[in-house]
Amino acid sequence: MDKILLAHGGGGSKSAELIERVFQRFLRDPLLLEMGDAARLPGGPGRVFTTDSFVVKPLFFPGGDIGRLAVCGTVNDLAVMGAEPLYLSIAFIIEEGFPVASLQKILASIAGACRASGARIVCADTKVVEKGKADGLFINTSGIGRPVFKKPVHPGRVRPGDAIIVNGPLGLHGISVLTARGEFGLRASIRSDVAPLWGLIGTCRALDVPFMRDPTRGGLAQTLNELAHGKKFGVRIDEVKLPIPRKVAAVCDLLGFDPLHVANEGKVVMVVARGDAEKALKILRRHPLGKDARRIGEITAAEPGRVVMATRAGSERIVMPPVGEILPRIC
Amino acid sequence: MAEKNRLTLLADRLRRFPARPQTKIMEVCGTHTVAIRRFGVQRLLPPGVKLVSGPGCPVCVTPDRFIDEAVALARQGAIVTSFGDMLRVPGSRTSLEEERAAGGDIRAVYSPLDALRIAADTGKETVFLAVGFETTAPGIAAAGMMALEKKIANFSLLTSLRLVPPALKALIAVDSHLSGFLLPGHVSAVIGKQAYEFLIPQRLPGVISGFSADDIISSLLCLLEMHNKGIYKIMNNYPRAVRDRGNERSRAVMAEAFAPADAEWRGLGVIPASGLQLRPAFGALDARRRFAIQVENAPDRRECRCGDVLRGLIDPPDCPLFNKACRPDQPLGPCMVSSEGSCSAWVTYG
Amino acid sequence: MCLAVPMKIIEIQGDMAVVESAGLRREVGVTLLDKARVGDWVLIHAGFAISKLTRKQARETLAIFAEGNFFG
Repeated sequence: MDKILLAHGGGGSKSAELIERVFQRFLRDPLLLEMGDAARLPGGPGRVFTTDSFVVKPLFFPGGDIGRLAVCGTVNDLAVMGAEPLYLSIAFIIEEGFPVASLQKILASIAGACRASGARIVCADTKVVEKGKADGLFINTSGIGRPVFKKPVHPGRVRPGDAIIVNGPLGLHGISVLTARGEFGLRASIRSDVAPLWGLIGTCRALDVPFMRDPTRGGLAQTLNELAHGKKFGVRIDEVKLPIPRKVAAVCDLLGFDPLHVANEGKVVMVVARGDAEKALKILRRHPLGKDARRIGEITAAEPGRVVMATRAGSERIVMPPVGEILPRIC
Repeated sequence: MAEKNRLTLLADRLRRFPARPQTKIMEVCGTHTVAIRRFGVQRLLPPGVKLVSGPGCPVCVTPDRFIDEAVALARQGAIVTSFGDMLRVPGSRTSLEEERAAGGDIRAVYSPLDALRIAADTGKETVFLAVGFETTAPGIAAAGMMALEKKIANFSLLTSLRLVPPALKALIAVDSHLSGFLLPGHVSAVIGKQAYEFLIPQRLPGVISGFSADDIISSLLCLLEMHNKGIYKIMNNYPRAVRDRGNERSRAVMAEAFAPADAEWRGLGVIPASGLQLRPAFGALDARRRFAIQVENAPDRRECRCGDVLRGLIDPPDCPLFNKACRPDQPLGPCMVSSEGSCSAWVTYG
Repeated sequence: MCLAVPMKIIEIQGDMAVVESAGLRREVGVTLLDKARVGDWVLIHAGFAISKLTRKQARETLAIFAEGNFFG
C-alpha cells in the first residue's frame, strides 16, 4: 500500500491492516500492542489512558455535535475498561474563518458532556490553520480513568455460556450523521445516541463483566469480531433479538447497508458472566440509558474465533466485520 | 409473532421437501444471492437440491475494460460519478477508489439524478457510469432525457447496461443441467412475466420472487413443486411489486433512449442483443463519443475464475484465489468486491 | 442491483416527488410511472419510483420490513 485510502479510516479490516502493516512497525510498545480501547498504565493506584480524534461531518447533527462526541467518545473508551473517567485533555484544530458562535455552541456541548460524565478537562490546546486546511474543526481528546470494577474487565476471562448484552437500539449515530449530511438526498430526523456511558456502566461494577466495548466505527459486527478473533470461543447472536429501530432499518434497506456495520456512540456491548446476566439486565434497565437493555446472544464453545448469527429464517450465517469505508467521517 | 411462525413453517417445509435428486436451481439476481446467504437459506435446502448463482450482478459481469475507461475519463479531468459498488472493482491496473486517492474527482452517488445535479451545480464535465439491468436502465434513460431537456450539456453516460433474458438464454445453452430459475423481482417489475416465456418450451420453470426470507423460501418451494411434477410455467410470486405485464412505461422510456446491442459479459463472452446502447438521437449523452478514451487491451487475470462463478459452474470456494489472494479487503475480481457478488456473499455470510 | 424499497408519495411537483417511509424522506423521479398520485405507495430504486404497490401490498411489504424491528 503506498497511499492512504478513505477505507483505512473506516475502523474495519482495512484500518486493522493499516495499523498492523504500517503503524506497528514503528510503534510497538507492549502496552500499545494490547490494543484495548485504553492502555492500562502500570504502577500506582491503577490508571487507564486513552486518546481519540474527532473529524465528524457535519459538525452539528440531531442529538449532538462534535464537542459532545469528543467528550463522550473518550469517556466511553475509559468506561468500557471498567474505569471511572477522571481527567481529559482537549485539543482543537480550527480552520481560519470558523464562526465564533459555532465554536461557543460546541464548547457549551463539551462543558455539558463533562458535567454529565463527571470527567474534568484539565489541559487544552488550540491551533488555527489557514482556510481550506481543516474543514471547520477537528478535535482530539485524551482521557485518564480509574478502574473500579471488582473483577477485571479482560477478554481473557470470557467463557462459553457468558451472555452478550447491549443497552439499547443500534445504528442511530451513523444513520443520524448520514441523514444530517443530506447525502443520498435523504432527509430524516434521526437523533444520534451520543451519550456518556459511565453513569450506566458504573452500575455494574460489582458484577462479573469480562468484556465491554462501545460499537463505534464498524458497528456491532466490528466489535463482536474483535471479541472473537483468534479466541478459543465463538460468539453467537440472534437476529430477531437485535434492537434495530425502524428508521435505521429503512435507511439501511434503501442504501444497502448492514445495520450491524453502522456506528453507535451511546451503546455498550457487554459480555456478562452467565451467573450475573439477569442481574445485569435488571440493573441496566433501571438507568435511562439502559432501559432497553437486552440479551442478544452468548459466548459459545462452538465455532471458535467466529461470529455466527441465527437468522430469522431459522438458519444461520456468519457475521463478518465491514470492509472498506461505508460512511466516512462518522465520528 | 405470526410472521415468525409462518416463516418457521415455510423453512420446515423446505427442509423436508421430497426433491428429485440432482435438482439445480439458478438465481440470477445479485440481490437474491445476498438475501439467500444473509438468511442462510442454502442451509435449509433438502437433499438433492443445489442452488447456484448466475450472472445477476451487473458490476460483476462488466469487463475490466469498463473500469479502465472510467479511470481514463477521470484522468482527463472529468468528474466520474458512479454507484458506490463500482469504486473498488479492480480494472486491469487500478481501481476508481485508488484513482480518487491519487486525486481523481470520483464520487459515489445513489442515483443518476444525483450525478445530473452534480453536473448542473459544477458546470464541469460529469460522467455517470451507467451500469445495471432493466431495473436501473429506465431511470438512467430518464435522467439522460432530463439532461437534454434542461440543456445540461456537460453530462454524459458511460454505458454498461445489460439485459437479463438474453443472458438466461445463453446460460441454458451452456448448462443443460438446470432445473429452474429463481427470477429477479425488480427486473421483473419492469419487464413482466412474458419476458421469460421462452423458458417454457425449454422445460424450465421460473418463479419471480421478492427478497424477504418468506418470499425466497416460498418461491423455492414453488420451483421444487413444479420441477417434481414436470410443470413448466412462469409464476409471479411477487405480485405486490410485479404486475404480470411489467411496467410498460419504464420499458418505453428505456426503449426511447436505448437500443439493444451486443454486449460482452464476463464469463459468458459476447451475447448478441444483450446490452443497451444510446440511440443516435441521444448520442450527445454518450461519453464514448464525447471523449477520446484510450485503453489498452489487457490480458485476463489468469487464475481468476469469476467467469465460471458467474455461469454457476463453480461455487466461490472452488476458485483457487477465494478468500486467500482474493478477499473483500483486497479483491482481485469483481465477484469479490461487489456487494452483490457471489464470492463476496459467501465470505460475508458463510 | 435490485435494491428497491417501498415508500409513500407525500408530494408531487412535475417530474419529481417526495416520498416517505418511517420518517425518512427523499426526492425521487416519477416519470417511470403511468400516473403517480399523492398517497401512492411506490418502489424506489436508484432515485426513481419504478413500480406502484396497492395499499394492501404496501402494508404487507412494510410488515416484512418491520420483521424483527422493535421500535417505532
